[in-house]
Amino acid sequence: MRSLPLRRAVDALVTIACGAMVLLALVPLGSLLWLVVSKGAPGLSLSFFGALPAPVGEPGGGVGNAILGTATMVGLACLVGLPVGIGAGVFLAEKGDGPFGRAVRFTAEVFSGIPSIVIGIVAYGLVVLPMRRFSALAGALALALLMIPTLARTTEELVRLVPGTLREASLALGIAQWKTSLRVVLRTAAGGILTAALLAIARAAGETAPLLFTALNNQYWNFRPDQPTASLTVQIFNYAISPYEDWHQKAWTAALVLLLLVGVLNVGARLALRRSTAGGRA
Amino acid sequence: MTPKMRVEGLQAWFHDRHVLRDVSIDVAPLSVLAVIGPSGCGKSTFLRCLNRMHELVPGARSQGRVDLDGENLYGRGVDPVRLRRRVGMVFQRPNPFPTMSIKDNVAAGLSLNGWEGDLDEIVERCLVQAALWDEVKDRLRHSALSLSGGQQQRLCIARALAVEPEVLLMDEPASALDPIATAKIEELMHELKERYTIVIVTHNMQQAARVSDTTAFFYMGELVEAGATETIFTNPREQRTEDYVTGKFG
Repeated sequence: MRSLPLRRAVDALVTIACGAMVLLALVPLGSLLWLVVSKGAPGLSLSFFGALPAPVGEPGGGVGNAILGTATMVGLACLVGLPVGIGAGVFLAEKGDGPFGRAVRFTAEVFSGIPSIVIGIVAYGLVVLPMRRFSALAGALALALLMIPTLARTTEELVRLVPGTLREASLALGIAQWKTSLRVVLRTAAGGILTAALLAIARAAGETAPLLFTALNNQYWNFRPDQPTASLTVQIFNYAISPYEDWHQKAWTAALVLLLLVGVLNVGARLALRRSTAGGRA
Repeated sequence: MTPKMRVEGLQAWFHDRHVLRDVSIDVAPLSVLAVIGPSGCGKSTFLRCLNRMHELVPGARSQGRVDLDGENLYGRGVDPVRLRRRVGMVFQRPNPFPTMSIKDNVAAGLSLNGWEGDLDEIVERCLVQAALWDEVKDRLRHSALSLSGGQQQRLCIARALAVEPEVLLMDEPASALDPIATAKIEELMHELKERYTIVIVTHNMQQAARVSDTTAFFYMGELVEAGATETIFTNPREQRTEDYVTGKFG
């Protein structure tokens, strides 16, 4: 065995090396956050959250309709994407060992590798062409299609982590298989699945490409899901590629708003989960 | 006395591996049957055939009759889910539901099956029966994981009792516990057999001798010998049984 001082030295060296790697990984994240906050914060005001976009050169104005549009489309996408994605994941974990399960798993893997703009084209073909108009529905479908495969695969992995002994405990109590899957297994994996769902939602809220030719954009308030709808990301895109200085400022601020919204959603959902299982904690 | 359970010609396989060969045995009501034998002799599989948990393992199948009050568990029209409420099970390692409180764990078999009524009363009764009530009555809302291993196992027993089974299967219920917790479980079994028929698998021969009325010795998937516990341990018919209970092999 090597001497104690030598082992201590190796221990310190490895600890320092790991710490340095962590810092290195945090640098891009930190600088990105700093850039968005420092450039976006000057444009932040209460009216930015509530007002309609203002024309070039006119002071004030906001992205209220884009926030609403993003919320609508992500909400609609969740309505379809979360149950289908999580349901498929539970199926794959509990019953997915046959040929059908393998086919579903393979499809999900291929699907999750498809570029998001291609998903946009699919939604364009499925919804925009038959309806002959851009709409929030088309945008939501594109986002849902993006959420489902990754959510299904992550849910599957998380459900597989639940020990088989819990399944047996439930079945031995005379609880039916489907109830065991939903009420015992899924509940045990709920924390991880919530994280996966939040990541999927954050990713959907941050998508631009699939919305460009599905929801298009809208400069006004829109409360109908069958109409072209504004979104934060497309708005950011339009502002950013414009030649106007004040629109660039708005692009930064809108980006900050998007970050804030996703952040608030994340923290809120975590608090809610903690509260709902608080009875189960010591 | 009519047996509570009667096993006739029970065979079981995992894929091509024949793990139970032609087992026939009666279990008297309100008694404790201990199943002993070396590792891999099929005693756990035997236990899991009694509430049809065996068939849940991929590649597992079985053949033969298991009667509960004269009705074949493997007959047509028997719903294994309903059957498992009549034949409860406690496992080797304590396996409380980690996301549920102590109370919710005990009530799980009822509440998940849509039972409505006074759960508080049932939870208290089952925890008292499982000799756990005094230790947990002030923290029923705490996580089941806050309990020690021995307490968790008694919680699992309380959970199994809540669905009011007639038979309780215990698969080495004390093998993961320390001697004091083991003694508590054994003491508990003496009380439980007033109301339940118990089949316990154990590696520990002293335990089998202490808790059971009848003992069955399994070896290589066969039931070698079954009889009154005292006879099996002092004057067995078969040489293999004697060798095992006296510690010559196993």
